[in-house]
Amino acid sequence: MVEIQSYLILSAITFIIGVVGVLARRNAIIVFMSIELMLNSVNLTLVAFSAYLGDTTGQMLVFFVMTVAAAEAAVGLAIVIALFRNKQTVNIDDINILKW
Amino acid sequence: MNNYLTDFWQATPIVSLAIFALLTLIVDAAGKDKPVLSYWMSLIGIVVAAGFSVASLGASTPLFNTMLAQGGYSSYCNLIFLGSAFLCIVLSRNYLERLQYHRGEFYVLIILATVGMMLMAAALDLMIIFLGIELMSICLYVLAGFIRKKEKANESSLKYFLLGAFATGFLLYGIALIYGTAGTTNLALIGKSFPQLSHNSLFMIGAGMLIVAFSFKVAAVPFHMWAPDVYEGSPTTISAFMSTGAKAAAFAVFVSVFIRTFDIGGTKLSDVLAIIAAVSMIVGNVTAIAQNNLKRMLAYSSIAHAGYMLSGIAAGNIEGETGILFYLSAYVFMNIGAFGIISWMEQQDDKKLTFDDYAGLSSQHPAVAALMAIFMFSLAGIPPFAGFFGKYYVFLAAVKAGMTWLAIIGVLTSLISVYYYLRLVVLMYFRDGQASIEEKVSAPAMAAISCAALFLIVLGLYPSLVVDIAKGFFKI
Amino acid sequence: MTLETILFYALSFVSVGSALMMITRRSPVMSALYLILNFFALAGLYLTLHAQFIAVIQILVYAGAIMVLFLFVIMLLNLGDEKKLSEKMSYKKIIPAGLSFGLLMELLYIVSYAKSDLPLTHIERATEIGTVEYVGKALFTDFLFPFEVTSILLLAAIIGAVVLAKKKLD
Repeated sequence: MVEIQSYLILSAITFIIGVVGVLARRNAIIVFMSIELMLNSVNLTLVAFSAYLGDTTGQMLVFFVMTVAAAEAAVGLAIVIALFRNKQTVNIDDINILKW
Repeated sequence: MNNYLTDFWQATPIVSLAIFALLTLIVDAAGKDKPVLSYWMSLIGIVVAAGFSVASLGASTPLFNTMLAQGGYSSYCNLIFLGSAFLCIVLSRNYLERLQYHRGEFYVLIILATVGMMLMAAALDLMIIFLGIELMSICLYVLAGFIRKKEKANESSLKYFLLGAFATGFLLYGIALIYGTAGTTNLALIGKSFPQLSHNSLFMIGAGMLIVAFSFKVAAVPFHMWAPDVYEGSPTTISAFMSTGAKAAAFAVFVSVFIRTFDIGGTKLSDVLAIIAAVSMIVGNVTAIAQNNLKRMLAYSSIAHAGYMLSGIAAGNIEGETGILFYLSAYVFMNIGAFGIISWMEQQDDKKLTFDDYAGLSSQHPAVAALMAIFMFSLAGIPPFAGFFGKYYVFLAAVKAGMTWLAIIGVLTSLISVYYYLRLVVLMYFRDGQASIEEKVSAPAMAAISCAALFLIVLGLYPSLVVDIAKGFFKI
Repeated sequence: MTLETILFYALSFVSVGSALMMITRRSPVMSALYLILNFFALAGLYLTLHAQFIAVIQILVYAGAIMVLFLFVIMLLNLGDEKKLSEKMSYKKIIPAGLSFGLLMELLYIVSYAKSDLPLTHIERATEIGTVEYVGKALFTDFLFPFEVTSILLLAAIIGAVVLAKKKLD
């Protein structure tokens, strides 16, 4: 019998791996993928709570998070393309007109 | 079972504005190369939604299985957002025509962002808060990079997007932990069990993550790094919209979660918020002094204003709530006015954005200089303008909550802020220079900005008008 | 050790391992592929929680649609060139790593020791709420409004993506 703590610990670990990815990586696309990883680990928390509470709200929220993630991916990648057309780079360190 | 379809007929402000967003889009697609049609359609939509909001100011009824509130507090906030969107759209037309980027989608996105803001204010469920924040943010990410040939705009958009999505991760984790510990995402139910939950460490971490995410949206220190760069790189009218409408929406959520739902007075959450408020006031005001670009100066000043308003939330009492609503009503108009005048002065390639470009403006354009002076005085919090009473109310709330130290920091940092606001006024009036506005300001834009200034004076002379309305909402 | 426990630990191992590989790869393509692996492991974990519908759309939407979009953009911009994207390791990265480690320890500590804080009303996991039938019913009754809001959100994203990425601006 796997207890809920196991799921929560697993999702906390992957969430933090995502945070490290965002803070340490300089490639905008990899940063964005790390953010997706964060969202997914939260989804695991939500599904685990939903199952152990016997309540459907958590799963509904996961459904909406996926929709939002899809929308964000479309807009985020469009922003990356617009930037790449002008600057030929997606490295955050090269984006230095505005200080990061 | 309830028939939720009938609820759509009752959520009039949000539904009507969403319908007008679609109409604006259709008009844009149908009338080729005539973005003016979308311009008018979006303005009509705002007026209609504002009408519905005024009509529902009185009572507040929950809709959709207590997910959305209709009327009362949310209607009042709607009026603030709609005012901000209206001014932004009126100002944008000339600005975009000048930059040759006048396109109908711009107005559609502003309207959709406003729908998101209205959802945030009306939300009675963490799920709706999440969706509202995302709807608003996605539109703003695009609007920030709307002038897509400009490198600075691309960068500001990317930066806003990456940091915003990062904050979304924290928002969601916070919601998940609160859901797990409270067993529900409904704000009213969470509020009922808050006394027990406030001893639950997992719940408190969840609430802390909500503070992180909301502080990011209002640009409070230490989550403010994006604001100066994004405001500088975005189209000026969008900076105006972000620093007023988006910030007001984030504060509306802050109030509805942390004051109306959680009773945070005296808890650790209140201490955390007080520290964030104090640091924002200090960092925002001190850094603003060093700025030479007006858009950056206003960005840091907006961080400081976020700090003032956060002290009302840290207080967590009714005075704080009404104080913030008053502050927001005043702040939205003074800030959008200041940004609006900057957008008139601005030239291609970010020219004419520094303090020195305003030297001697009063001799060439006395009316514009006078309006700018009103906005600066109001931002500085000098009576009799509305900004003064905003600060007065939130600091009073802090004192009543036993946080006198916070009010003292607030007053001291406001004194610092007088320096950089008045520096601009001094330059405009007492320094010689050739400051001028190259192109004629359009009459609607001039009228809109004058109305904003007039509103600030009226609000400053009769603050009780708004305070009485605001107080009416908090008997619930 | 039951089959279920073994399955959980195997999937967790894959999930954490692929996440670590994802954030350490040089090439964005490799990162994306490891992220897809992570999503598959998550879908498996959802199945152990009896969330069948979520598990299916995790693969269809996340691994299928979103990550393909990522890969498509990476290929389109030709970001495989590793020299262009070489990243310097520097002392600056120690600070975020330290902060994240602290946050992780705090979360782990609280989750492991605060058993009374967790919802344990249902010791057994609910098995029926993850079915398509149940989810569908909930989505079109109690959650009708958020469902409609997502349609507006997707519309905003479509407009935004077209505005930013369209090749020519008339």
